[in-house]
Amino acid sequence: MSKPLSGNEAVAYAMKQINPDVMGAFPITPSTEIPEYFAQYVADGEVNTEYVTVESEHSSMSVCIAAQAAGARSVSATSSCGLALMYELLYVAASCRLPITLACVNRALSGPININADHSDSMGARDSGWIQIYAENNQEAYDNFIMAMPIGEAPGVRLPVMTCMDGFITSHAVENIELLETDAVRKFIGEYNPDNYLLKKENPLAVGPYDVSPYYMEHKMLQAEAMKAAKVRILEVAAAFENISGRHYSLFEEYRMEDAQLALVLIGSSAGTAKAAVDKLREDGVKAGLIKIRIFRPFPGEELARALAGTRAVAVMDKSEGFSANGGPLFAETRSALYDLKERPYLINIVYGLGGRDIKVGDIEKVFDRLMDITVTGEIGPVYSHIGQRSKEDIV
Amino acid sequence: MSTVYNLKREVEKPVRLTGGHRLCAGCGAGVVVAGVLRALDQEDRAVVVNATSCLEVSTFMYPYTAYTDSYIHLAFENAAAACSGVEAAYNALKRRSKVEGTVKFITFAGDGGTYDIGFQSLSGAMERGHDMVYVCYDNEAYMNTGIQRSSSTPLFARTTTTPIGSAGQGKKQNKKDLTEILVAHNIPYVAQTAPLGNFKDLHTKSYKAIYTEGPCFLNVLSPCPRGWDYPMAMLAEITKLAVDTCVWPLYEVEEGVWRLSYIPKKKLPVEDFLRPQGRFSHMFKKGNEWMLEAAQQYVDQKWERLLQHTGA
Amino acid sequence: MISAKDINERTPWQDLTPGGEIYEPGTARFFDTGTWRTNTPVFHAEACKHCMLCVPFCPDSAIPVKDGKRLDFDYMHCKGCGICENVCPFPAITMVSGGAIK
Repeated sequence: MSKPLSGNEAVAYAMKQINPDVMGAFPITPSTEIPEYFAQYVADGEVNTEYVTVESEHSSMSVCIAAQAAGARSVSATSSCGLALMYELLYVAASCRLPITLACVNRALSGPININADHSDSMGARDSGWIQIYAENNQEAYDNFIMAMPIGEAPGVRLPVMTCMDGFITSHAVENIELLETDAVRKFIGEYNPDNYLLKKENPLAVGPYDVSPYYMEHKMLQAEAMKAAKVRILEVAAAFENISGRHYSLFEEYRMEDAQLALVLIGSSAGTAKAAVDKLREDGVKAGLIKIRIFRPFPGEELARALAGTRAVAVMDKSEGFSANGGPLFAETRSALYDLKERPYLINIVYGLGGRDIKVGDIEKVFDRLMDITVTGEIGPVYSHIGQRSKEDIV
Repeated sequence: MSTVYNLKREVEKPVRLTGGHRLCAGCGAGVVVAGVLRALDQEDRAVVVNATSCLEVSTFMYPYTAYTDSYIHLAFENAAAACSGVEAAYNALKRRSKVEGTVKFITFAGDGGTYDIGFQSLSGAMERGHDMVYVCYDNEAYMNTGIQRSSSTPLFARTTTTPIGSAGQGKKQNKKDLTEILVAHNIPYVAQTAPLGNFKDLHTKSYKAIYTEGPCFLNVLSPCPRGWDYPMAMLAEITKLAVDTCVWPLYEVEEGVWRLSYIPKKKLPVEDFLRPQGRFSHMFKKGNEWMLEAAQQYVDQKWERLLQHTGA
Repeated sequence: MISAKDINERTPWQDLTPGGEIYEPGTARFFDTGTWRTNTPVFHAEACKHCMLCVPFCPDSAIPVKDGKRLDFDYMHCKGCGICENVCPFPAITMVSGGAIK
């Protein structure tokens, strides 16, 4: 069934089809519409969800973690400062090994306060232990949310999942998307039946201990193993999803990479713009390609290295700064993944699109031009630079 | 529970807070929590929700849980929000016939996690009307981090962030009246109680709070031998003095109706409560009589207001 | 289900519970806090009227009750705080110096 939906509405609709037990609801631009749409489903009696209108995002995540521990499927949605306010609890959710699902509508972190899309919010949470899945468009936002629970709830995983989409660009723009039948969604996600939960009658459950040093590291080992196991599970779920939807998903999308010499690595809606640039360049005979990262956590390092092994120059484009003074987070992960390659491509980092700064096909073409120059001259120039800002200096 | 309080019957019930926890010898929190949990009917299950606190680190130090019921701890400032989540889960799962029996949701937090950092989530949970009990075990300072002042710390009390010196005489402000703030939330039941005598007050109020539908709040005085600096064996005496000097009045507000639970036959001067505690010892130095007067004045003002509220 | 009895500070990570969960009630009972005592209560059963006033005042639930009578102290958990001696209206509890059971 095809319907024109915004990204927010698509995610809210996915939530409706899933019919979670509990939702922690708190508004923040640009994710506000998700709890709004869902509130109407609640008011119309279309879901069984306990809709908890909490008084802050910190409480929203608290409600979700505790409800999940109690045996209930819990969801929430947030952006930017809301995610930042949940920060301490994101770590708790992951360490308690509870498969909460959160829709993160990416928006720049304050300050200055800005309501537009960049990835600083979810990138800021990259060490929290959550599985992080990014969408390019409304279809992916819908599909990813449905795949989240079978990924997180798997017994060998038991980790919370954050599905991300770009604020306003994806969340508010309307696209025609293919929806699954509700029965198909319910069958796909199955029932949430944890072995132990707070409300269990046969035995109690105690969650959230004080770990003295002799125990903490071992618990983190268990968590680290779970994140590794998540990669396999993500692919299993994608394969099962392809069976019911016909849509293929993997750890990342390789666009015209078969013989690519110059490549981009990036995340999110900018992939749409970049694909147009790649197509233009291909028409001109340039062997350009694109890798769109879908799964950022766990980071698909090995697979990415294999995919980039044949290229000569790669630009990693980060839609968040990170302020490492060495480049953005996606660049750091990619560089690390490529380190062991016998022959490494030239690798540069371009930070772009902060606070919703637009990026156009022409800008991407400029990046490819630079990659071309690098392969011709052998001179990299600045490894870490920015694009799209107004500057007195020329932008490289 | 049958109509009349019977200590002998209540202590025969299986213990819900076991020994083996790491609370200090003589800790008021242990007494209070065991007392509140004792009010549960034997056949009912509870989910205990706990803020980071002395109680939390001592009663669930991996792999030792002192609770026979389910238990969850997440962070310091969100016990009420966590309890909201458990209660919401229960409602949703009950509708889908996925959970059996009666389960009660009881939150424990110290004054830190209630009066201060936990205040927002407490207010939110009470306002939303979740069916739960929130119990503040009030030991009048952030004890777990080593006795720092909270808004619950009484005037002039010595804490590590309100030490005594030539330019400092302990806490500068009077104790925040959280119980009254909770009354203003218009919830079904609010009570102030303490571990006293045969525990009738604490028990019956706990029972009411647990078994009254909707959000209920108990503020329970929880003397701390370390932080208050008194000999640990004196818990019962200190509590009795708190009540007999009217420093910690026992009262309840049920559906907006105020009721005083106890009027001391002889109202003792506030000094009697202050003198045995090292945290107030500087108030007894020569020249500091004005502090004792200020303390007495505050207690009297609050007591008069309470008598008016309760029509006593 | 991993039991708390099988967990100690030498347990390898593979054998710990995920997230630090515990699946049994009151595992704290396994832990000896009686070693903390510097004073020890002595129960004089002959003087005890089983009024039960001491029981709720024990922070460590170390005064067991059975069939309407309090039993001798649970010395594995009694920390020797002495509250019980002070609340007992009869000469049924005396605190003696030292941690050992008399």
